[in-house]
Amino acid sequence: MSNNSAGGLVSLQKSVKQLRFEAGIRRIKVSQAAAELKAFCLQNAHKDPLLMGVPSSDNPFRPPKSCALF
Amino acid sequence: MGEMEQMKKEAEALKTQIEAARKAVHDTDMASAASGVAPAPRVQLKTRRNLKGHLAKIYAMHWSTDNRLMVSASQDGKLLIWDSHSGNKVNAVPLKSSWVMTCAYAPSGNLVASGGLDNMCTVYNLKTPVIKTVKELDAHTGYLSCARFLSDTEVLTASGDTTCALWDLETGKQKTVFLNHVGDCMCLSLSPDMNSFVSGACDSLAKLWDIRDGQCKQTFLGHTSDINAISFYPGGNAIITGSDDCTCKMYDLRADQELITYQDAALNSGVTSLALSMSGRLIFAGYDDFNCNIWDSLKGEKVGVLSGHDNRVSCTGVPPDGMCVCTGSWDSFLKIWN
Repeated sequence: MSNNSAGGLVSLQKSVKQLRFEAGIRRIKVSQAAAELKAFCLQNAHKDPLLMGVPSSDNPFRPPKSCALF
Repeated sequence: MGEMEQMKKEAEALKTQIEAARKAVHDTDMASAASGVAPAPRVQLKTRRNLKGHLAKIYAMHWSTDNRLMVSASQDGKLLIWDSHSGNKVNAVPLKSSWVMTCAYAPSGNLVASGGLDNMCTVYNLKTPVIKTVKELDAHTGYLSCARFLSDTEVLTASGDTTCALWDLETGKQKTVFLNHVGDCMCLSLSPDMNSFVSGACDSLAKLWDIRDGQCKQTFLGHTSDINAISFYPGGNAIITGSDDCTCKMYDLRADQELITYQDAALNSGVTSLALSMSGRLIFAGYDDFNCNIWDSLKGEKVGVLSGHDNRVSCTGVPPDGMCVCTGSWDSFLKIWN
């Protein structure tokens, strides 16, 4: 990455511009972010079929009545 | 020469500043925050469908929004549309190029797309009496690794040429090109509100982009190898990534940093694919070692495994209603589990 061509300079200018942008964003505390993710997960847990399990009567993929060939 | 040196110094200073800003908000970690949460139940899923039909390695699959149909892509040169409930094949789309790496189902169910080493994204209409190619999106200078429909008129692509692009399906042209990665782009995921997307690349970075203005908003560091899989967490405030470094990671968008790494000393295969359960609690990650491991996303613990494939798990997907998980493999089979 350390060349003296004009291309190298332009590329570096773009990197710096991007870094300036990213440095300027607002960040919230991890404790708040983690708490909200946790809350989202737990609030939606009861609706999550893979987590709660699917009763056979409601399972569109329940074992077919006929033999399945593998 | 002086200007280059100055710019390099400024770049380094900015990186240090970003690192410090992340540390400043790092008042806890996810594992501590979730310590009071009851562990996820031991997840034991059964294979409900074993979908046979492809004749070669399966590289990609994608669920339709109807929770029933799905499309799969194989290097046997075909896209297959499956009715997952019956296990029947509904359609077969022969591909011009058999070197396919990705496939996608439009939210409307009208269109599917595929792409790969031909550097193109080809869009097909499933609803015409005979399936027709409606557009060939041809402008990338590298392989197509991932494609996703925003609607019947817009498609997002990720490419080995290090760019992502937003295409207008009516003109067949790129509306926006997303430039910033310095390695092949391998995967992308649309945000639930469709205003942004995240990409993962061989530069080991994940990036968040604004779809409309093309701006890279944030960059997520931490992985030490190619990021092969990426997904938004339901709710849209976090992302999960899977990498050749054998780990998955959760990054929070608003804290702008990694919250947790999903890893196990016994796991030394790369992650190829991942999908999340409806609440986000479970991560289904496909690995090169033929398994799909199930992680508790909050506690970082492995809670189950889907074993049964005889080769690498190359793709995973959970339909919008969360009723099952599908795994696709180089063994040419797709399995549906719940």
